[in-house]
Amino acid sequence: MVGHFSYAVTIFLMIAGLFIVIARGNLIKKLVGLGIFQTSVYLLYVAPGKLVGGTAPIVSEAFDVYSNPLPHVLILTAIVVGVATLAVGLALVVRIREAYGSIEEDEILAGDDEDGSAEQR
Amino acid sequence: MIINVLLVLMAVAVVVLARVRNLFSVIVLSGLYSFLMATVLVALDAVDVAMTEASVGAGISTVLLLGALHLCKSEEAKPVHKPWLPLAVSAACGLLLVYGTLGLPAFSDPGAPIHTHVAPRYLQDGPRETGIPNVVTAVLASYRGYDTLGEVTVVFTAGAGVVALLRRRRARKEQPK
Amino acid sequence: MKRDLILRVVAKVFLPFLLMFALYVQFHGDFGPGGGFQAGVIIAAAVVFYALIYGLANARRVVPERLVEAMMAAGVLLYMGVGFAGLLLGGNFLDYFVLDRDSVVGQHRGIFWIEAGVAITVSGVMLKIFYMFADRGRIDE
Repeated sequence: MVGHFSYAVTIFLMIAGLFIVIARGNLIKKLVGLGIFQTSVYLLYVAPGKLVGGTAPIVSEAFDVYSNPLPHVLILTAIVVGVATLAVGLALVVRIREAYGSIEEDEILAGDDEDGSAEQR
Repeated sequence: MIINVLLVLMAVAVVVLARVRNLFSVIVLSGLYSFLMATVLVALDAVDVAMTEASVGAGISTVLLLGALHLCKSEEAKPVHKPWLPLAVSAACGLLLVYGTLGLPAFSDPGAPIHTHVAPRYLQDGPRETGIPNVVTAVLASYRGYDTLGEVTVVFTAGAGVVALLRRRRARKEQPK
Repeated sequence: MKRDLILRVVAKVFLPFLLMFALYVQFHGDFGPGGGFQAGVIIAAAVVFYALIYGLANARRVVPERLVEAMMAAGVLLYMGVGFAGLLLGGNFLDYFVLDRDSVVGQHRGIFWIEAGVAITVSGVMLKIFYMFADRGRIDE
């Protein structure tokens, strides 16, 4: 079971991120929770590639055991895509704030008319 | 091991982040979490990923969050309902995931399937074919260059999206002219 | 923050090193950790640092909006240009070994140009997003 500790923490971070997204009403906090979820997935990918006694996958004569470079490549892409998503999400939050006056989910939903269109502000 | 200590610190940071209501503290804690993540990644020999996570996750993300917070100027409201249903859903998902990871190989197992098939070929032939010692850059730029083209396009699209959302269209109403 | 002498002097001392480090990370990405993404983000962070200390108007004068918008697109176009160069020189899209008679030198060339394209786009996008957020809160200049 000790060998699975990294998986246990990864799962904990994942469900903590999921909990923040579904349980908290503030939009900025939801985006931060989404970022935490994404970061736990990076850990899920990179941790199995590590070899104890190995080194970073930069080939040189002094070492002969390297950690697996494939997850690193995938996660590099994922990190940059994650920040791109965060930027667009924050731009949407700013526009929502200007349209509804608040970034709390309950107040935003209450600000809609019965047919779903936004009240005139 | 240092990795386990850092992982526990990350878990503590996330628990505190979930409970704190002041949004500025939330953003600072998320930056701290990203830095801890970058340190864990260095301990896992993922140096490229650690540098990207430190600069992008703890640097640019914090700047963007602070910029958005300045524009929104609010604090999280007190939760009205007790979060029992989200807690139950999250715990159920967690149990399912734990059941799923029981079949995964142990930490640092050299016989894991991830170390077969393509990865040894990249490590052995990569520096010889591309002339670059850093296998991650060789794979990112040469062997999987098409994926990186898609990623650059995603970054460009995100920039275009933010420009489309936040571009000033109307004349400013407070012009005293 | 413009009036604080210590911040201004320290910023002036730091900024060349920040940009030099960004260029080092970009070009040394073949031999150590680094590459286009990290370098682009460090360049954007350097300009954000300048904007924080000296004000957004000064930062806009040093790095104008038009230049940043051009950088956003130029990196992607450069990347696709390298891809099409491989196509025109006889190989498939994004083939590097056709870029030179020696295939390893061709790989070097291809990787150099696409990493440059990546750095240009990433720094342009991050900087443009920062400009957009910082500009939204201003009602008057």
